[in-house]
Amino acid sequence: MSSSLPLFPLSASTVSGEVDTLFFFILGVSAFFAILVSALMLYFTFKYRSKKAGDAGADIHGSLTLELIWTGIPFILAMVMFVWGAQLFFTMAKPPADAMDIFVVGKQWMWKVQHPEGVREINEMHVPINRPVRLTLGSEDVIHDFFIPAFRVKMDVVPGRLTTMWFTATTVGEYHIFCGQYCGTRHSGMIGTVVAMMPDDYEAWLAGGRTTGSAVQNGERLFTDLSCITCHKADSSGRGPTLGGVFGSTVQLNDGRRILADENYLRESIMTPQAKVVQGFQPIMPTFQGLVSEENLMQLIAYVKTLKPAETAPVPVKK
Amino acid sequence: MSNAAPTAKPHPKLQPHFHSMEQQLEASTLGMWVFLVTEVMFFGGMFMAYLVYRNMYPHAWVEASHELNWQLGGLNTMVLIMSSLTMALAVRAAMLGQKRGQLVNLSLTILLGCVFLVVKFFEYKAKFEHHLVPGPHFDPTLEQGMQIFFSLYFMLTGVHAAHMIIGIVMMTIILTMAARDSFNAEYYTPVEVAGLYWHFVDIVWIFLFPLLYLLGRHGA
Amino acid sequence: MNDATVHQEPSYLGAPYGLAAWLLTKDHKRIAILYLISITIFFAIGAGFAATIRAELVTPQGDLVTADLYNKLFTLHGVVMIFFFLIPSIPAVLGNFFIPIMIGAKDLAFPRINLLSWYIYVIGAVITLSVVISGGLDTGWTFYAPFSSISSNTDVTTAAVGVFITGFSSILTGFNFIVTVHRMRAPGMTWFRLPLFVWANYATSLIFILGTPVVAITVLLVAAERGLHLGIFDPRIGGDPVLFQHLFWFYSHPAVYIMILPGMGVISELVANVSRKQIFGYSFVAFSSIAIAIIGFLVWGHHMFVSSQSIYAGLVFSIITMLVAVPSAVKTFNWTATMYRGSITWDSPLFWVLGFMGLFLVGGLTGLFLGTMGLDVHLHDTYFVVAHFHYIMVGGGVTAFLGGLHFYWPKMTGRMYSEPLAKVSAMLVFFGFNLTFFPQFILGYMGMPRRYHAYPPEFQVLNVMSTGGAMVLGTGYFLILIYLLYSLFKGPKAPANPWGATGLEWQLQSPPITHNFHEIPVVTEEAYDYLHAPAPQLAIPASPREVTHE
Repeated sequence: MSSSLPLFPLSASTVSGEVDTLFFFILGVSAFFAILVSALMLYFTFKYRSKKAGDAGADIHGSLTLELIWTGIPFILAMVMFVWGAQLFFTMAKPPADAMDIFVVGKQWMWKVQHPEGVREINEMHVPINRPVRLTLGSEDVIHDFFIPAFRVKMDVVPGRLTTMWFTATTVGEYHIFCGQYCGTRHSGMIGTVVAMMPDDYEAWLAGGRTTGSAVQNGERLFTDLSCITCHKADSSGRGPTLGGVFGSTVQLNDGRRILADENYLRESIMTPQAKVVQGFQPIMPTFQGLVSEENLMQLIAYVKTLKPAETAPVPVKK
Repeated sequence: MSNAAPTAKPHPKLQPHFHSMEQQLEASTLGMWVFLVTEVMFFGGMFMAYLVYRNMYPHAWVEASHELNWQLGGLNTMVLIMSSLTMALAVRAAMLGQKRGQLVNLSLTILLGCVFLVVKFFEYKAKFEHHLVPGPHFDPTLEQGMQIFFSLYFMLTGVHAAHMIIGIVMMTIILTMAARDSFNAEYYTPVEVAGLYWHFVDIVWIFLFPLLYLLGRHGA
Repeated sequence: MNDATVHQEPSYLGAPYGLAAWLLTKDHKRIAILYLISITIFFAIGAGFAATIRAELVTPQGDLVTADLYNKLFTLHGVVMIFFFLIPSIPAVLGNFFIPIMIGAKDLAFPRINLLSWYIYVIGAVITLSVVISGGLDTGWTFYAPFSSISSNTDVTTAAVGVFITGFSSILTGFNFIVTVHRMRAPGMTWFRLPLFVWANYATSLIFILGTPVVAITVLLVAAERGLHLGIFDPRIGGDPVLFQHLFWFYSHPAVYIMILPGMGVISELVANVSRKQIFGYSFVAFSSIAIAIIGFLVWGHHMFVSSQSIYAGLVFSIITMLVAVPSAVKTFNWTATMYRGSITWDSPLFWVLGFMGLFLVGGLTGLFLGTMGLDVHLHDTYFVVAHFHYIMVGGGVTAFLGGLHFYWPKMTGRMYSEPLAKVSAMLVFFGFNLTFFPQFILGYMGMPRRYHAYPPEFQVLNVMSTGGAMVLGTGYFLILIYLLYSLFKGPKAPANPWGATGLEWQLQSPPITHNFHEIPVVTEEAYDYLHAPAPQLAIPASPREVTHE
């Protein structure tokens, strides 16, 4: 294929090959049926062309056997596609535990990328190859969608909640970032570049970047500046629950529900504190809607995630 | 069998594309039921939104329903149940060809519909005074989620009130037709169909009242 | 029984005469013609938007129109084509005209409501299109919140109200069809003697009455959010924009079946006719329409695999999506089997049937790619989706509509068009369509997102191909318009049954009289009894009366 007319996207992540295999499987099945039906129709058109005006065709009304066959075979094939696609989707939805974090905020019409070490970029994202990268995505205005065709991954960026996606780049190079979800005037300008680098180059690039403190440091500063710390104390003497070890734990709410404290729970607890109140506490926390930007929010969450349970209260390991 | 166009004099109200009055009545009644199915879906979209947000903001829902006046809501519920009764009596009067019964019951139905709207008006007015109408004047001290409750409250009750107004207009037309002796035992389709509509609008309120006014109270 | 060649009574077209008589008509056939004229106008408007979009995409830079104008163009292209052309096309034109005749009724159950639905449609369309003057509309036809509710600077409220009003037109049409099919069938016209076109439109009507109200209320909520600050989807006050998508697609996915199911009905009629044979597996074809209509209500979430909905919800939507492919496949196999040992006539309807099959196969099969979760992550919101739904809605829906229009044109207008030109245009449409939209599948897999005003240069060659194809396609459509209009004035008079088809509609004169039947017919045969059908007769044979004229 000449370079002037590429017909297939670059393939540069661990899942892209699997997506392509599934694509070619369905393409094969589809092509088989499309050609079969078209060929039969054309063949019948010529073979059974009316000899004399007014001739009727054969008196055939149908066949239960045939109906069952051509209901059954498409059903089985469709289920194969479903199971295969669902398995792949699960792989793509569950980031490996050792993934490194990058925070991405979409706003009309740019992508703001923040590395945990504090380096920030706009419309560019440097990543090391052969290492899983987990993106946490937030939006400051409308719905966007972070799409990297070469990695075959995509996720909507929805205002009011955090979404995540992950990938492992496999090949050094530069790849498109597109906004997939229509977001207004400069939607087609909301594009950028992923720069996939050798891990050493990535470390060097990080070291050379201008940084205003790591995400965790910024989050810690915000935690003090916004006076979170006055209620959420490290020991249990505060008016709010202590946050040590809260991330990833199961929280008992005052209305009896038990929920997993993930990023969206932390986000909601900052923006809409009354929605889910921890058991044993009063709904007295004010909302921080409008006071913290999506970027600050991600920094706060990054900080809360690092908090360890207080020394005096060992991690409850129950049987 | 009855394929031939009626050779005896057709009823003056029989439209030419129907072959009998029974067919005409059946078609109209089925038509109204089908239409009511679309109405169910129409309100269904908003009820869906209500359920989703109720689940998302249980506490705000309790708080917000305390801001509603359950006495006035209850009064309106009684008013509408009464109007359903008078409506049913009006249909019966039409079937029996009793003119007086039709006029009295249809007038009462219209009157009760107007009472409902007047009560609703005072409820809305109170919401404006208490800064409970969503938008820039909404009381900013209220907790997150309450504004959505009131958005849904105004959409649901507003669309319901629009249906009430349409129903009152419809009943006024039926009333003038009844005054001109339009209905009798053979032909009472419009009364029956309008009655179905009226009962449906009442039933929507029977769902709205507990969902908006009462459920939160129980939780508190 | 049929003596049309000897004696023509005044048809529905002529009496009573005059514009007012047409605009106040209660005759379902005249209302169908009113719809035909209006949807043709909206198709032309929508096609004009499409042509500008394709011209813009010839070059990678956004140089022909500004980004804002481009966004307004694709939005109005979608809104006009979906709400004002595709949804009413087959039901409101061919369905309106032929459902009463096919079941042996003198009219639809509610003629006045039928006329009302046309007026509501026109009023809704005029209100919606008034945004062209009042600042345009740039939300995309999907009106996604919160862009539509808090970000867009265009006149979304007016457009939403217009779409809301238009929805009632669909509801009234669907409700009229359902009551008519239940209550107005002629004696002997049992459910399993109904033509499959009626079954398909019945299934479509179910979607009209169950789905349309939900989208109506959804766009009304957007309008209320903008106009009255009744924020329901606004994330700033805690609203959930994804809920909008659920409500929107609950209707709008079934709406796709509104656009294709009636087309499937048309193709069933045409396949039986060109094969001169009973349709293969009548009840399977009939029930597959109902199955598609019902299952189609449970798949909406497949538009939202990457919208952050729960992955378990996604699983359910994906498996049901794969299930809905099965009845479509069943139909396709049945149509193919119908042609086996048929007596295939090579008149113009055959060309539309083959064109439809080719395009619908591609459209339907590419749906499998999109219903598969792991693959949809990559394909979602790319040109692959654009190509897929154009293959279904234009390749399938519009080709079937045109096939039906050609098939029934002699009956509707009493005139024959040029057979050779019809065959040429059917082929132009087929090749032009493939050239326009097949490259978009490749663009989509390469990752080109939809609704892009400017794009990276490596996508240019395929985009130029697509625009070239659009020119061929446009020529094909334009040719059809010309020779159909020409036939109205200069076309030869049509016989009662030019295609030698079965069905009550072909036993009437062309065009039919105002009340269709003097006496309600009694039906004694099943549908598609081609063993006893007359021979095709594309022109009125020279009768003694005509000889004396010369």
